[in-house]
Amino acid sequence: MVFLLLLLGFVGAALIACGRRLGTRAFAVGAFPMAVAFVWIASRLGTISNGATVRQHFTWVEPLGLGIDLRLDGISATLALVVAGVGVAVMAYATCYFDDDAPDTGRLSGLLVLFGGSMLALTMSDNVFLLYVCWELTTVTSYLLIGNKHTNPRVRAAALHALLITAAGGLAMLGGLLLVVQDTGTARITSLLSNPPNSFSAAAVTLILLGAFTKSAQYPFHSWLPGAMAAPTPVSAYLHSATMVKAGVYLLALFAPIAHGSGPWRVLVVAAGVSSMIFGGLRALRQQDMKLLLAFGTVSQLGLLTILFGIGTPAAATAGWVLLIAHALFKATLFMIVGIVDLRTGTRDARKIPPLREGWRGVEVVAALACLSMAGAPLTAGFVAKELAYGAIHDLAWGGPLLLAALAAGATLTVAYSVRFYWCTFVEPRRRSSTEAATDPTRLFAAPAAALTSVAVIFGLAPGLGDRLASASLTGFGTGQGGVHLAVWHGFGLPLLLSFVAIAGGIVVAVLLPGLEPVLAFGSRVPNGGEVFLNLIRGVGRTSTKVTATVQSGSLPVYAAIILSTAALLPAGALLVGRAPVVLPPIGGPGEAAVLALLLASAIGATIVHRRFAAALFLSVTGYSMAGLFVISGAPDLALTQVAVETLSTVVFVLVLRRLPKGFEQPSSPRRRAVGLAIAGAVAATVFVFALVASGFEHDTAVSDQIVDSSVPVGHGHNVVNVAIVDFRGFDTLGELSVIVAASIGAVALARAGRRNAPARQESGHPSSAPRLAFVDVAARVAFPVVLLMSLWLLFSGHDRPGGGFVGGLLAGAAITIRYIAGGIDEVRRRSRLRPWTVLGSGLLLSAATATIPLTLGKSVLDVGSTHVDLPVLGDIAISSAVVFDLGVYFAVLGMVLMAFEAFGDTPQERLS
Amino acid sequence: MTVMLAATAALLFGAGTYLLLQRKLSRIIIGLGLLTHGANVLLISAGRRGTPPIIGGSSTADFADPLPQALALTAIVITFGVTTLLLALAYRSWLLTDDDEVQDDVADRRVSTDDAVQDEVEDHQELIEWEELL
Repeated sequence: MVFLLLLLGFVGAALIACGRRLGTRAFAVGAFPMAVAFVWIASRLGTISNGATVRQHFTWVEPLGLGIDLRLDGISATLALVVAGVGVAVMAYATCYFDDDAPDTGRLSGLLVLFGGSMLALTMSDNVFLLYVCWELTTVTSYLLIGNKHTNPRVRAAALHALLITAAGGLAMLGGLLLVVQDTGTARITSLLSNPPNSFSAAAVTLILLGAFTKSAQYPFHSWLPGAMAAPTPVSAYLHSATMVKAGVYLLALFAPIAHGSGPWRVLVVAAGVSSMIFGGLRALRQQDMKLLLAFGTVSQLGLLTILFGIGTPAAATAGWVLLIAHALFKATLFMIVGIVDLRTGTRDARKIPPLREGWRGVEVVAALACLSMAGAPLTAGFVAKELAYGAIHDLAWGGPLLLAALAAGATLTVAYSVRFYWCTFVEPRRRSSTEAATDPTRLFAAPAAALTSVAVIFGLAPGLGDRLASASLTGFGTGQGGVHLAVWHGFGLPLLLSFVAIAGGIVVAVLLPGLEPVLAFGSRVPNGGEVFLNLIRGVGRTSTKVTATVQSGSLPVYAAIILSTAALLPAGALLVGRAPVVLPPIGGPGEAAVLALLLASAIGATIVHRRFAAALFLSVTGYSMAGLFVISGAPDLALTQVAVETLSTVVFVLVLRRLPKGFEQPSSPRRRAVGLAIAGAVAATVFVFALVASGFEHDTAVSDQIVDSSVPVGHGHNVVNVAIVDFRGFDTLGELSVIVAASIGAVALARAGRRNAPARQESGHPSSAPRLAFVDVAARVAFPVVLLMSLWLLFSGHDRPGGGFVGGLLAGAAITIRYIAGGIDEVRRRSRLRPWTVLGSGLLLSAATATIPLTLGKSVLDVGSTHVDLPVLGDIAISSAVVFDLGVYFAVLGMVLMAFEAFGDTPQERLS
Repeated sequence: MTVMLAATAALLFGAGTYLLLQRKLSRIIIGLGLLTHGANVLLISAGRRGTPPIIGGSSTADFADPLPQALALTAIVITFGVTTLLLALAYRSWLLTDDDEVQDDVADRRVSTDDAVQDEVEDHQELIEWEELL
């Protein structure tokens, strides 16, 4: 089963990706996996008809109880067979429906296949969550298929409408299913069915029914289905008549046997079903667009299906089972015929269809047979279903007569619109004196419809063929095998009488149609949920604009002020509420005082000066003082890194700030400054108190001690900090490298975007226009290799002595900086043949590979091996996989520096236009 | 942790916050730098002080806590990356407007002041189409 679903998914995705060139052949390709699915399911029918269930299980997220559980029993095999079978027919039909040069055939075909796959997965899923996922997948594919002509706003609106309603219903269903899972403790559908709870809560029942009603377009949620007719006809024939709208009914069929007695289940099912059946039928009679007539007819038929599957008796479900198959066959056929008429005559409006003459004879016969089945005429599958339905409702212990009358009324309307469809499409136009002639359809075009109808005819004449599968579909009721006998003739009785009353009544209604206009108009006036939907959407729009207007002022300082004051006040509140004890730690020594005084003085300087360069220089002094603090704190690695970073960032600051105006004009207003100071003060006070409170608590040093203890035996290194970075916390470091890579790419993109056409390459041929100073040049030439070698030494010795990839890479960056100072960006480009992004990317790749390669050898991430090598100059070096990882860090950091020069380095003074 | 260190961290945070509230990107970037320094002071002073955690020299019992050091080290380098990215923003701003001032978002301003936006939402094309569909 999984293989089938994967095949459908794969073919669908491939068609979307590269089906453009195939033209209509894309649909032939798409038909293939559906045919495979059909054959496979058919081959399992023997087993399933005996009441067995085909199962498959794959573990997914075990702790959450999520698994891929698939099952194929009677009812799911029935729907799956319909999905795959009608799918093949629709794909064949689509090859004729679309032109070879239509632009989206690949996409359409791929989406149809993906839909087919989701729908099959839905029928096969044995887990309520999987069921939900597939349910929404069909919603999404349906949305994309309806919105195929997305340049048309009406089509977009229709697609969105369908998406919103069915997805909302799906969410409601998920809620209901969650309640059920919580009550029963199982998400497996089979165990739910075999071990049902005594009753379901009213909330669960209502929510699940909401899902079913929205999907199956039941009143008052039906409004999306007529809109969905904006889709190309093959899509309507497949999704919106035969398959997707049956998903709701399928849900009812699954749950009715165990839930029909719970809470408001029956009331809701009957209310929704009857109103859909009647109002849908009434509205179908008023449509001039034949496709819309069929759409409302579908709403009506789905109402009947909802009742039959929903009330939860085996007899009614049997009737529903027959109707499900019959409806899929005749409705898909009729949609295909509307599509043929529409395409060949250019209209599907009853008032405009031109006479369809001899060439249409075959299509007309197929349409007539389908209409007969839809109307429930004897010797058709529709008749069998109606007879069974009357019988089942008649036997009902409650509300029998009333419901029976409703059913008969619905059937009468169905007969009436069936007659009307046939009459308006084929008979009426011939009576008009029109010279317009329709192009005859090719046989191939009509063949899929004919094929579906012949299946329907066979099923209608010999319904007994379905006996075993039908009884297998009723296992949910625990009735056992062999209980169902479908027959063409059920003898004389009330059902037969009702059938004939409905047929006669329907014909009368169809004939008297113009006189019945007032009654029909009533059907259209019934509040239909569409208004509510519209107002809801409008309300959401209005509210969100209001909220946006209030919350989103568009001013960065305002946002920053809100965020920062929250960051200050929340912890402060917590400290106050918790009455955290403030224990004064020691004041601090004189050495510390000196460093901190410099630190603070430069920080204040950076804050108050009004010149950009001065502020940046103050910031670097702060950074260097930080390095001093690191030194007295026993952190030489940090000190080294800080010095390197500070040097490089000063260079980058200079590169950018030289472009900007020297000072900050427009000093801020006193009020603004006061607010800023208040927030800054609040943040500072919170941090101060927090630091004092935090220092009063005992530290758990277990992790630190473990790092120290296992540094040599596990990490093969003596520098604990470096071992932690490249080994114990290596995965974390890998994440940080990706941040560096992303930031660097972003910087280059921001600085270079829009300059592609500028003559950036031109100047790289010429020597830099700036005059070069000989002594700087010489100094750079001497210093460059020395600093580079130094950086390599730091890299390789870092595992045992202060150093490592970060500081090594930064120092290598400093070497590059020296060259930049001597000769500008040209010099940098000339020295390093590798492009900056190559260095950057290979660094990340190297680290990622080192981290993950142990995985392929069956070890854990970053599991290091080690060996010692004695190299000239560099001395005894431990070559372990950690060193390779560190080499990746080195290159990534070096790449970052190169990228900074690439972004801000000298280029001709070109500007964006 | 000492009182002086706590005060330093607090002051760095305060100065950084004040700068973050400005409109010039270069001041914001400098503010972020100060804020990061403050965070690193907190990090590093949260651990035990001592000798450099390099095995072979002093006794491991005297070691400074290596864990916050490892955290701070990556933080320093990341800050460099972030600073570069923000400077690129300032650079871009200069390319487009000759300055690095962060302007108010015009579209956002319009939403709060202009009734026409409200009407625009009301008369959204999809809504009109829906009305006709239903």
